Amino acid sequence: MALHFELVAPAKLVRSDDVHMVVVPGTDGEFGVLEGHAPFMSTIRDGAVQVFKTEGGTPETIEVRGGFAEVGENGLTVLAEHVEG
Amino acid sequence: MASLKELKGRINSVKSTQKITKAKQMVAAAKLRRAQAAAEAARPYAERLTGVMASLASKVSGDSAPKLLAGTGADQRHLLVVVNTDKGLCGGLNANIVKAAKAKARALIAEGKDVQFYLVGKKGRAPIKRDYAERIEKHFDTSEVRNIGFPEAEAIADDLIERFEKGEFDIAHLVYPVFKSALAQDPTVDQLIPVPSPETDATAATGGDAVVSYEPGEEEILEELLPRYVKTQLFGALLEREASEQGASMTAMDNATRNAGDLINKLTIQYNRSRQAAITTELIEIIAGAEAL
Repeated sequence: MALHFELVAPAKLVRSDDVHMVVVPGTDGEFGVLEGHAPFMSTIRDGAVQVFKTEGGTPETIEVRGGFAEVGENGLTVLAEHVEG
Repeated sequence: MASLKELKGRINSVKSTQKITKAKQMVAAAKLRRAQAAAEAARPYAERLTGVMASLASKVSGDSAPKLLAGTGADQRHLLVVVNTDKGLCGGLNANIVKAAKAKARALIAEGKDVQFYLVGKKGRAPIKRDYAERIEKHFDTSEVRNIGFPEAEAIADDLIERFEKGEFDIAHLVYPVFKSALAQDPTVDQLIPVPSPETDATAATGGDAVVSYEPGEEEILEELLPRYVKTQLFGALLEREASEQGASMTAMDNATRNAGDLINKLTIQYNRSRQAAITTELIEIIAGAEAL
């Protein structure tokens, strides 16, 4: 079972794949999203989104600015105005 | 009757014009493909943001709604944000946009409202200045930018929101071309600020009845999302403009190339005829001279 993760920038869909866990820098603190997370919406502060492909693996970090995260039935969607790297 | 030499000169000049229009047409076709791909790629972001906005806007309503959603309460001062292209050679595109903007302005003025213009792109400046010179608020120049993108949309949106917050206008409309096909680009007028409430049936798409928790809170999120939504709208308009410009340019240049071809054919026939006439006259002269001997 995997979490469907999408990272969307205004100009394009940056990432769309199935991962194990994503740690998102929320405005009120970081939160990790695993598969089957309850519906949730949060603004995010400028920082790095950490993508864990597999359990216990080394995370891949993606810098985002001006973002917003939404967890719904079909996984996690991060909308970010600026995506680096 | 023009002399042979003159005709030859004209044929050559039309030929070189045709070469230019043909080149421009091919460039536009290549750029159109890229512009369409860019517009396509921007769609997921806009769709998701609209979905989230719709579900949030339906929850936050009444007095607590942010100013960008609820408006200032008045509708006296209107701002028309007109998105034109920076370059010409694209047929009637800019004329159509300006026509739509002027029609909207006339309708608003007839209702007794104040109308100001906020121009994006070079080609709208002159025709609007002709009729509403004193009403032009600002001209946002995009001609220096090679690839128009999100930073420009962001700059325009920030400027507009700042003006809105200072109370310089109550309602902003966005006038921009919507790209239908290479043959048709429809000028469209949309309300930009205050953000019109999106249809609530989009809620179903973003999780239905499931209880969604918000962090920090619905209002805070909405407050942050609204400016972003305005930016996305503008970004969409700029991308549409780009695709429309290339589409219109391609069609216009295709027509121009064809017209030049027709003209060349006509001139060539005329040229051949004059040449033949000259030869015939010469022959008659020789024969007549020989007979006289």
